[in-house]
Amino acid sequence: MATTEATSYKKNDFVSDQEVRWCPGCGDYAILNAVQQTFAGFGIPKEQFAVISGIGCSSRFPYYMNTFGFHTIHGRAPALATGVKIANPNLEVWVITGDGDALSIGGNHLIHAMRRNMDMKVLLFNNRIYGLTKGQYSPTTVPGKVTGSSPFGSLDAPFNPIGLALGAGASFVARTVDTQIKHLKGVLEAAHAHKGFAFVEILQNCVIFNDKCFDHITEKDVRDDRQVDLRPGQPLVFGKELEKGLRFTPSDIEICTPEEATTWNADGPTGANAYRICQGSESGEVPVPIGIFRQVQRPTLDEGIAKQVNDVTEKLGEGTLESLLNAGDTWDVS
Amino acid sequence: MAPTKQEIPLQHVDEVVIRFAGDSGDGMQLTGTQFTDTSAMMGNDLATFPDYPAEIRAPIGTLFGVSGFQVRFASKDIHTPGDRPDVLVAMNPAALKVNIDDLKEGGLLIVNTGNFGKRDLVKAHYEENPLDNPLLEEKYQLVAIDLNEATLKAVESTGLSNKDALRCKNLLALGMLYHTYSRPLAHTEKWLTGKFGKKPAILEANLLALRAGANIAENSELFKSTFQVSPAPLPGGKYRNIGGNQALAMGLVAGCKLAEKPLYYGSYPITPASDVLHALSRYKNYGVTTFQAEDEIAAICSAIGASYAGSVGMTGTSGPGLALKGEALGLAVMIELPLVVVDVQRAGPSTGLPTKTEQADLNQALYGRNSEAPLPVISTSSPADCFEAAVEAVRIAVTYMTPVVLLSDGYIGNGAEPFLIPEVSSLKPFPKAFHTDPENFQPYSRDENLARPWAIPGTPGLEHRVGGLEKADLTGAVSYDAENHEKMTLLRENKVKKVADTYAPLEVFGPETADLLVLGWGSTYGAIRGAVERSQEAGLSVAQLNLRNLWPLHNDLGDVLKRYKKVLIPELNRGQLCRLIRAEYLVDAVSLPKVQGKPFMSGELVDAIKQQLAE
Repeated sequence: MATTEATSYKKNDFVSDQEVRWCPGCGDYAILNAVQQTFAGFGIPKEQFAVISGIGCSSRFPYYMNTFGFHTIHGRAPALATGVKIANPNLEVWVITGDGDALSIGGNHLIHAMRRNMDMKVLLFNNRIYGLTKGQYSPTTVPGKVTGSSPFGSLDAPFNPIGLALGAGASFVARTVDTQIKHLKGVLEAAHAHKGFAFVEILQNCVIFNDKCFDHITEKDVRDDRQVDLRPGQPLVFGKELEKGLRFTPSDIEICTPEEATTWNADGPTGANAYRICQGSESGEVPVPIGIFRQVQRPTLDEGIAKQVNDVTEKLGEGTLESLLNAGDTWDVS
Repeated sequence: MAPTKQEIPLQHVDEVVIRFAGDSGDGMQLTGTQFTDTSAMMGNDLATFPDYPAEIRAPIGTLFGVSGFQVRFASKDIHTPGDRPDVLVAMNPAALKVNIDDLKEGGLLIVNTGNFGKRDLVKAHYEENPLDNPLLEEKYQLVAIDLNEATLKAVESTGLSNKDALRCKNLLALGMLYHTYSRPLAHTEKWLTGKFGKKPAILEANLLALRAGANIAENSELFKSTFQVSPAPLPGGKYRNIGGNQALAMGLVAGCKLAEKPLYYGSYPITPASDVLHALSRYKNYGVTTFQAEDEIAAICSAIGASYAGSVGMTGTSGPGLALKGEALGLAVMIELPLVVVDVQRAGPSTGLPTKTEQADLNQALYGRNSEAPLPVISTSSPADCFEAAVEAVRIAVTYMTPVVLLSDGYIGNGAEPFLIPEVSSLKPFPKAFHTDPENFQPYSRDENLARPWAIPGTPGLEHRVGGLEKADLTGAVSYDAENHEKMTLLRENKVKKVADTYAPLEVFGPETADLLVLGWGSTYGAIRGAVERSQEAGLSVAQLNLRNLWPLHNDLGDVLKRYKKVLIPELNRGQLCRLIRAEYLVDAVSLPKVQGKPFMSGELVDAIKQQLAE
C-alpha cells in the first residue's frame, strides 16, 4: 500500500479537529502537546500511527491526535493493540492508559503484553485516582487517602508501576513527569527508538480529585533535590548543581559525592538495581528516580509470529483452496 | 485328530453401531477414530459420538473415568451416530456397568476378562462378577476374552515391558472388530507407521496386536459370524472423513480466501473449542495467524484489533468464554468491523459439564450484551456442515462489517462424518476491498448493505478515530445527540436485518403443508431427520425444517410456519428457540426440551411426534 512520503511534520499535523475536553489545568494537556511535538519529529508518515486507548480521562487522548485512533473498552487497550500489531507489524502502535485502566481492570493484559515483548509503546498517565468516575482511590493511591469511596481513608496497598513492569519483564521501563516537558519528550523519543515493549509511567496531576499529589517530587523548588534522572551510561547525580550523587552498596542506596556516584546501567542481566531504586520511599533522603530504569533487547512476539508464518509458508508452500479441501485421505464415490 | 475349523458365516447388514468403552487412558477415542477412518475409506456413510470424561486420566477402573466412542456405519444415508449400539466393547467392569443398559438385546458384547479381577470389580461397584451371571449370556452374544493375556502373547517378541505391551490391547480389540466387520487393516497399519515410525519397537508391537486381533477373530470361534456393510449410495464426488471442529477451521480458512483477506484467530484454550485453535494454528501457510491470548477477553479484543488493521479477526470459545467476551462484542457492534465468534457450546451454566453437549447458549448469542446490540447468529447442523456454516459466517461478517456469532456444539465439534469435498469453482468469492480514497471520506458512511467502509491504519488521508462512544452518523465523531443515538441504533439494527435478504431459500424436508412441522436448529438436525423419516414411512403427516440462521430469522419463516397445523421444537435447552419463534410469529409452537448433556435419540423424537399427532 502506498504511504505518504516521510515528510518533515510540524506539531499541528498531529492535532485533530476535535475540541480538547479535559479539565482546565489537567496534566494531560502538557502530555498531549509533548506527544504531538515528538511524533512530528519521528519522520514517520502519520497514517502509520495507531493510537489506542482504554477508558478513563487519559483514554480520550486518541480523539485529539490526527492519526488513526481507537478508543476501546476499559482495560483492554493492550490486548486490542496486540491484535493490531500482529496483523500489521509495520504500524507504530502507541497505547494511552491510566492507573485504573492499566493496573486495575486491565492489569492482566498489561503484564502479558510486557512478557511477550509486543512492540508497542504504553504511556501510563498515573494520577493516583479515578478521575472520570469522580474520584475513587486507584491501584496507585497512597494509603490513607480520603476519596469518595474511602471516606475514612484508603486501606489498599498501592502498586509501584515501575516495579510491576520490571517484574513482568518489560524490555523498556521509564518514568517521567507531565510538567517536565523536556524530560518527557526525551523519554518519548527513547521509547520510540526502542524495539519492543516500552512502558512509560508519566506522573500526572489531576487538578480536581488529587491536586498536588506529586508536588513533593515535582514542584520547581524541590524537584532538583527530590528527583534523580536515570540516564544509561551516566552517573547517578542530582541537585541544582548536580552536586550530589547516589551509589549502590550491597544493602542500600546512599548519598555520596558526584565522583563516587554509581554509573547507571539499564541493560544488566537482571534489572536488580532498577528494582531496588524504584522501591525507595518518596519521603526519604534518597531522591525519587525518573528516567530510564530498563532498556534491553529481546525478540518481539509480533516479529516472531511474522517470521514463523513466513518460514512455514516457505517450507510448505502457499496454501490454496484446492490444497485445503483435498488434504488427508480421500475417496471417490461415482 | 484336531477338530476341523467351523466355517463362520458372512452376513450382509445395512448398518452397525459399535461403542468402544474403557478407561480414559485405554485409547478408546483412538480406537474409535481408526475404525471410523477405515469405514469412511470403505465408502460407508457414518456418524460418530465421542463421549469422554472431563478428567484427562481419571483413577483407573472407576465409573466416572469411563471413556466411550460410538460409531455408526451404514450402506445407506444416515444422520446420527445411532440411538443404541449393536456392539459394545467393554475394556473393564466400569465400562460394562456404565454402558451395558444401552446395548441392544441380542447385541454383541466383547468383554476384556483380563481386567475383571477383584479390585477392578470393587472399583466399578460390582459385588459379584457380572460375567458369572448367566443372564448376560442369555441376553447378549457374549465374547469373553482376556485381551491382556492375548496382547502380551502377541507382542512378546518385541521385548517390551508388560506395561508398554498392555498399551497395545486396544489395537488387538480393533483388529478383532476389523475382521468381524470385514474391514482391511491397511489404513490403521499406515497410520501406525506414520505415528510410531521413530519408535520401531512400539510400532512393531501395535502392528502385532492389530494383526493378532484379526487372527483371533478369524480362528478362535469366539465369533459366530462376520458381517459385510456395503458402501453407501452417497452423492457422487470426492469425500474425506471429517470432524466438526476441523471442518469449521477449514471453513474459516476458506471464507477468508474467498474474502481475499488474511485470517487472524485469537483464542484462549477451552473445551470443546480448543481443537479449532489447534487446527487453525497448523494452517499458517494459508495466510492464517493464530494467537493464544492470556484470557477470553484478550482473545476477542486482539481479534477486533486485527480486523481494525485489515485481517478478518476471529475468536473461538465455549459458553463461559462467550460470557466474558460480551462487552467486547458490544464494541464490535459499535465500531462495525468484521468479526467471527465461534461458540462450541457445552452443557450447563458456569463450568457445567464441559465435555457434554447442549444448545443453551442461543439466548446468550442473541442477547448477551448491554443495550441494543444486535448481531447475526448462525448455527451449524453437523460435522460436515461446519465447513459451509463457517464460510457463511465470514461472508456475513465482511459483507456487512459486523460481528457474527457461529454456534456449534460439543456433539458436532467432536463428531465426525463423511464430507463431500466441494469443487473450488462452486465456492463463490465475496472479496471485500479496503477503502483507500481520501476524497470526502466519511468513516460512518454506508454502502447498499448499510456497511461502513473498512479504512485501515496505514492508508494515507484516512486518519480517523473510532471507539465505543456513540457515533455521529456519517462522520463517526463522538455524539451525545439524542436524535442521533436513536438513528444510529436503528441503522445498526436495520443493517443486521438486511442480512436475511441474502439467505439461501428455506428447505423443508417433507410435505409443504402437513399436520406437524418439526423445527430445529444446530445439532438436533440429524436426530430430527431420522425421526421424521421414520414417521413419514409410518404414514404420518410430518415435515422437518432446520434453521441455519437464527438472527435475523429468514424472511419467509413466518409464512412457512403457518402452513403447518402444529410446530414442535426439540432443543437441547429449556426452549430458547421456541420462545423466540412464539415471540416473533405468534405461533403456538410446542417446546420439546432436553438438558441431559446428551443429544436426542431419534426414538424419543418419534415418540414425541406420535404424541403431538395424537393430541
